[in-house]
Amino acid sequence: MDYLLSDEQKMIQELARKIAEEKIRPVAAKYDQTEEYPWEIIKQLAAADLFGLFIPEEYGGMCTSVLNLCIATEELSRACGGIAVCYAASALGTFPIVLFGNDEQKRKYLPDLAQGKKIAAFAITEPEAGSDASAIKTTAKKSGDHYILNGLKHFITNGGDADIYTVVVMTDKTKGARGASSFIVEKGTPGFTFGKKEDKLGIRASSTRELVFTDCKIPKENLLSKEGMGFIVTMKTFDISRPGVAAQALGIAQGALDLAVKYAKERQQFGKSISSFQGIQWMLADMASHVEAARALVYATARMVDAGKTNVAKESAMAKLFASDVAMKVTTDALQIFGGYGYMKDYPIEKYMRDAKITQIYEGTNQIQRNIIALQLIKEAIR
Amino acid sequence: MNIIVCIKQVPETTEVKINPENNTLIREGVKSIINPFDMYAIEEAVRLKEKCDSKVTVITMGPPQAEVALREAISMGIDEGILICDRAFAGSDTWATSYTLAAAIKKIGEFGLIICGKQASDGDTAQVGPGISTHLDIPQVTYVKKIEEVKDRMLRVERMMEEGYEIIEIPLPALLTVVKEINEPRLPSLKGMMRAKQAKIITWTQKELDLDPQQIGLCGSPTQVVKIFTPAHRIPGQILKGEIPEIATQLVDLLKDEVH
Repeated sequence: MDYLLSDEQKMIQELARKIAEEKIRPVAAKYDQTEEYPWEIIKQLAAADLFGLFIPEEYGGMCTSVLNLCIATEELSRACGGIAVCYAASALGTFPIVLFGNDEQKRKYLPDLAQGKKIAAFAITEPEAGSDASAIKTTAKKSGDHYILNGLKHFITNGGDADIYTVVVMTDKTKGARGASSFIVEKGTPGFTFGKKEDKLGIRASSTRELVFTDCKIPKENLLSKEGMGFIVTMKTFDISRPGVAAQALGIAQGALDLAVKYAKERQQFGKSISSFQGIQWMLADMASHVEAARALVYATARMVDAGKTNVAKESAMAKLFASDVAMKVTTDALQIFGGYGYMKDYPIEKYMRDAKITQIYEGTNQIQRNIIALQLIKEAIR
Repeated sequence: MNIIVCIKQVPETTEVKINPENNTLIREGVKSIINPFDMYAIEEAVRLKEKCDSKVTVITMGPPQAEVALREAISMGIDEGILICDRAFAGSDTWATSYTLAAAIKKIGEFGLIICGKQASDGDTAQVGPGISTHLDIPQVTYVKKIEEVKDRMLRVERMMEEGYEIIEIPLPALLTVVKEINEPRLPSLKGMMRAKQAKIITWTQKELDLDPQQIGLCGSPTQVVKIFTPAHRIPGQILKGEIPEIATQLVDLLKDEVH
């Protein structure tokens, strides 16, 4: 389908695809196995200016277009969902500064992030605060010109490898969700350490760690927006980052479909290519239709955000929900087409299925996405 | 220092399919790329530019669509591109090609270094680089695997040999041809691609270069392709068996037959 991309968007697509095919695909299995952080690829993405896609030009970036970011993430994910998420998670960690940072904060942090000299991470999840983000326990107490952070964040993508962290903590527990605030914390700040690295089912090239704050003293200038704005910062960040997760899911689905079509053409059974069997053909047709529908929804949502629509919670949630469910279904069917070979790690397809699963869980489980969508539907009906 | 990189657009050989009926290359739908060896030349020039503030110009002789190759080079960090394009240049062999490229380089003016890939992946002659240096009457080093040192008016390079390497110092201006061991070519950057898209490509025809018509194109090419053919499959060897005196006689007879 022709999405009428601009010349710039076609360039981003071409460049990201080139990196994905030439640099990422050959090493995807290695990183999946070793769980090393893919610094060599991160450097390539930085040299290609791709970290500038979500940062305004005045702060050293190229643009702030969610669609551009989605196009890049989709292409990278076609080759490896794990490496792609290292990139996309830096965007997620950067968005709060782009959206809510003051000029001083932007000047201090964004130029290095735009050049990929530093990478970012976003931290809200805690052991007892997953979908229920209001249950977060990490605190920040004001003390003169500083805040003192105490507590634990976990399941943080890019945790330990990122340089800049935007974290959401409680400044006033008595106010519940309205008592949360967000801060910028730099790696290396005394009292800020990392806990265990998770051993994951999929996206194994990306790092997932605990962040530990023990009387971690940060300057008050690192507060993003105002005290009590933590959840607004989070929700607004997720509104524009969810299309990115959807794009990751979309890329994984497309990558699996590409492999399935190729394999179906090559694999011979009963004296002919299995792609000549209607049973396989119909599976491929359904997979392709779902992928295209997901792409249409993701791109349309990203375009809404880029056009400046403010209330995109419903559409963002729909894009993330739909694309990630498609990714799970398509990767499962792709593996089915590979048959017994698909179940073996010698073939690349099982990794796509493992990588797809997380897209239904993180940045809000798909059940939470449905809550968001339903809430908006009901709100709209009242008007 | 001005650096000039000479490149050639070639068919992507990994994608070339053979027509089984007449054993010829199927050229339709085959992507054109920058000759892979020229990518190392481009990369090395860009690295030199980053180290010692140079201006890098890339030139190619070819049809109008070779402009794409020049833009790709610009997206990797080359400053400008010149396309040498004229029907009069068609059919050039390596002599006429290097003569024409040398003329274009003279027209560019002052330069310190010319870098070429060691050979093109389609013709595989490895003659154009040395040819250019001959026409320009400047020193050349082929098969360079490392530029060790760039001094004012002097260059120290490592030249790859079958076993080991030579270290050569040459005065500038000079011409180098490079091998793949010299570097790993970078991918383009987004900013580079945008610059490349907007870059103005200079085109020089026979008129601008004002060359002797007898020296260019088919007329100026001493090489003539008489025939193109697929080499016959090697005839399998024959093993003679028996006692040595017996085999020796057989062998002599066989060799005699071969001669006749």
